[in-house]
Amino acid sequence: MFEAEIKITLKKTVADPQGLTIKHALESLGQKGISEVRMGKFVKMKLEAKDKAEADSQVSEMCRKLLANPIIEEYSFEIK
Amino acid sequence: MRFGVVVFPGSNCDQDCFNVIQNVMKQPVEYVWHKNTKLDHFDCVIIPGGFSYGDYLRCGAIARFSPIMNSIIKFANDGGLVIGICNGFQVLLEAGLLPGAMLRNKNLHFICKFVELKVEATDTPFSSGYKKGQVLRIPIAHNEGNYYIDDKGLAELKNNNQIVFRYVDNPNGAVDDIAGIVNKNRNVLGMMPHPERSSEQELTSVDGLGVFTSIVEWLERRSK
Repeated sequence: MFEAEIKITLKKTVADPQGLTIKHALESLGQKGISEVRMGKFVKMKLEAKDKAEADSQVSEMCRKLLANPIIEEYSFEIK
Repeated sequence: MRFGVVVFPGSNCDQDCFNVIQNVMKQPVEYVWHKNTKLDHFDCVIIPGGFSYGDYLRCGAIARFSPIMNSIIKFANDGGLVIGICNGFQVLLEAGLLPGAMLRNKNLHFICKFVELKVEATDTPFSSGYKKGQVLRIPIAHNEGNYYIDDKGLAELKNNNQIVFRYVDNPNGAVDDIAGIVNKNRNVLGMMPHPERSSEQELTSVDGLGVFTSIVEWLERRSK
């Protein structure tokens, strides 16, 4: 049994109004020196696979087909 | 002309669409539950607004894998007319029947109000009853209506005259003020504003009715 942790964020070229609003809120708290705040999604799951390579290819397919929209989003994941 | 109104769990503009087709347009119309896959007997399929599957993951992302979607893709590829309104537009984008994607509104607010739209293309089955440049008063009601497409995609939309409606005063940050587009074959329309909420005088505007009258007139011409 493997555990996958998947992160999905908007592509760098896509404006992120949530990230911008969070940045402004943090600045109004007095936080200085922050930039490029991006809001994203985090998906965690357990999955069965015969080895790590198979788990890797399964998660990769799930990201491409459903979890991320490649037009606006990019993803990364870690398998434990 | 037979219309089908698709119903997903969480659709909530299905009855409004049904009402306009049945009581205003006086055309036969049926609801189609998302687990149903038979669409052959329809001339036009409407994917209504709402919050299909609670907008989980991304708007329209889960609905895209409903049993009915493969039938809708086939129906569209065979030349059937498909119109996606609001959440229906988001579903069509997720399904790849229309190019681009939706982002959250630039101001992060759910916006529910009448807006002005400019008719940009009249050579489609959904807008032939309007005049180019005509300004329509039609309401929007969405949180993710900020249409996004990359520069290359936008150039293609423009070259093929696929932009049907533009906002006069952009409410949500949409690229190039885009409110509604058609596919290259011009038989699939997606639009964020709600023509079904502006087709009866009681609702203070009948500017949306032209979408439905255009469809019926186009289908009548085709069947002759």
